[in-house]
Amino acid sequence: MQVQELEKISSQVRRDIVRMVHCCQSGHPGGSLGCADFLVALYFNEMSHDPSFNMNALNEDVFFLSNGHISPVFYSVLARSGYFDPKELSTFRKINSRLQGHPATHEHLPGIRIASGSLGQGLSVAIGAAITKKRNKDPHLVYTLHGDGELQEGQIWEAAMFAPHHKIDNLIMTIDVNGQQIDGPVEKIMSLGNLRAKFEAFGWEVITSEGNDMSAIVKALQLAKQLSGKGKPVCNLMSTQMGYGVDFMMGSHKWHGVAPNNDQLASALAQLPETLGDY
Amino acid sequence: MTKYSYTEKKDTRSGFGAGLVEAARKNENVVALCADLIGSLKMDAFIKEFPERFTQVGIAEANMMGIAAGMTIGGGIPFTGTFANFSTGRVYDQIRQSIAYSEKNVKICASHAGLTLGEDGATHQILEDIGMMKMLPGMVVINPCDYNQTKAATIAIADYKGPVYLRFGRPVIPVFTPEDQPFEIGKAWMVNEGTDVTIVATGHMVWEAILAGEILAADGIDAEIINIHTIKPLDTAAILHSIAKTRCVVSAEEHNRIGGLGDSISQLIVTNDLVPQEYVSVNDSFGESGQPAELMKKYGLDAGAIVAAVKKVISRKG
Repeated sequence: MQVQELEKISSQVRRDIVRMVHCCQSGHPGGSLGCADFLVALYFNEMSHDPSFNMNALNEDVFFLSNGHISPVFYSVLARSGYFDPKELSTFRKINSRLQGHPATHEHLPGIRIASGSLGQGLSVAIGAAITKKRNKDPHLVYTLHGDGELQEGQIWEAAMFAPHHKIDNLIMTIDVNGQQIDGPVEKIMSLGNLRAKFEAFGWEVITSEGNDMSAIVKALQLAKQLSGKGKPVCNLMSTQMGYGVDFMMGSHKWHGVAPNNDQLASALAQLPETLGDY
Repeated sequence: MTKYSYTEKKDTRSGFGAGLVEAARKNENVVALCADLIGSLKMDAFIKEFPERFTQVGIAEANMMGIAAGMTIGGGIPFTGTFANFSTGRVYDQIRQSIAYSEKNVKICASHAGLTLGEDGATHQILEDIGMMKMLPGMVVINPCDYNQTKAATIAIADYKGPVYLRFGRPVIPVFTPEDQPFEIGKAWMVNEGTDVTIVATGHMVWEAILAGEILAADGIDAEIINIHTIKPLDTAAILHSIAKTRCVVSAEEHNRIGGLGDSISQLIVTNDLVPQEYVSVNDSFGESGQPAELMKKYGLDAGAIVAAVKKVISRKG
């Protein structure tokens, strides 16, 4: 798909995100907006996947969202790529909805294969799925997305140690390096140091990329694919801006988990062209 | 009193090891993971026969639970192996979110449960695991009573689709249930029919209940003894049928009295058919170092404690 086409989808996904969060007056717009381009590239360009959805994901690529609080972007991308009707996005975080505040399998929403929200667990889950893919002689890849703040969880490093040791080379981990977490800048709350050096020291193949530049994302994912299958897991350190695409939400942790009011919604939507039709 | 005899003593964890090999022979999707305790969990035979189906995780139990959850995607049936403490308390949130809430077909196999772990002491002697695991919606909780039953349970849970907690222990104990017995999840096993009191026992306490039954028989008390190998789902019909006859119940478990089998029984009788109940369990304390038999005596978990509880509960009958 052309980069311009992907960017059009991103614009609609961003509209979906702010409308969903506004509608229920809760949820996490900041990280969702920042990762919209990445998830659009993944689902509309990179992954081979089947929206008719089978939990076992045989002979298709599979994605796990580890930082489950950015569920708005995940739900929008799943709906816009055919897993379910975009109209259902209006039920986000409401009673009797399949679109739980954090992703869950319990309500059988197509596209979700693991619950996430309690942070730090998705890399382990992805490794397990990658091992089963190898056992099944399925050559497809396993992708994950994590927040940078999430790397403060110890389980991430248990998994980071495991994957190179066991040569899990059908795994592409992307870290959303937006430098923000709930209480403030990551650097101030609990600095992560040199992530490239850390992951390389653990035995990963590490690449860096810009996560709000569609052509850069596509190139990074293609490079990550080329690097897979060579005995090492791949880690993509992707720089983004929290809130990207909505000027007043950008560059601050303040929109991590806050919903816009009516005026703010109008201002946000004015910045985001409606390209695929609002739900 | 039905006579139970045994020719050998074996550890229930060895029953798990033997069952795992058989389950793997029957179903090629059965895989196993261990967090640096292969020998303790008796997984050597499985690893020897199916090396490509074994994953060594190292000392990283949280990661092990997540990997096991992921392995189910694509059809794997993972059996995780570590001590009961590290299988539950240490990884409760991983089990809660990635396994139970996500409805993953993971078998959490937990050895060295309870006081009978012995000399290592309270850091390793978990007495809260049954409570934690039975509180998770959808989690099956199984605590078999001897080598043969543990082996049968291990084979049976491979065929059941959904998360299971299988609890077993370290010491050798009498092997008194039949070899190659059928194992039905959620179906209590009648050890002895009686009329004066119902003793519901689980795990290592079932043999102690049999010894208690013999002592009680000599005193003219006819005890009905039920082996509750599946704590969840509980065989409520079997228990209610029994207490309708005996009108009192003693629960016996190697677990804290808060949150274990006894509380499940209590909830059942309070909401259905209220009869006096006595608990044989650890009285809301941690354990300590010592030999298993010494600890069971000190913490009130042997045949003598069951006999005393039976006499007390019978005295409370109206």
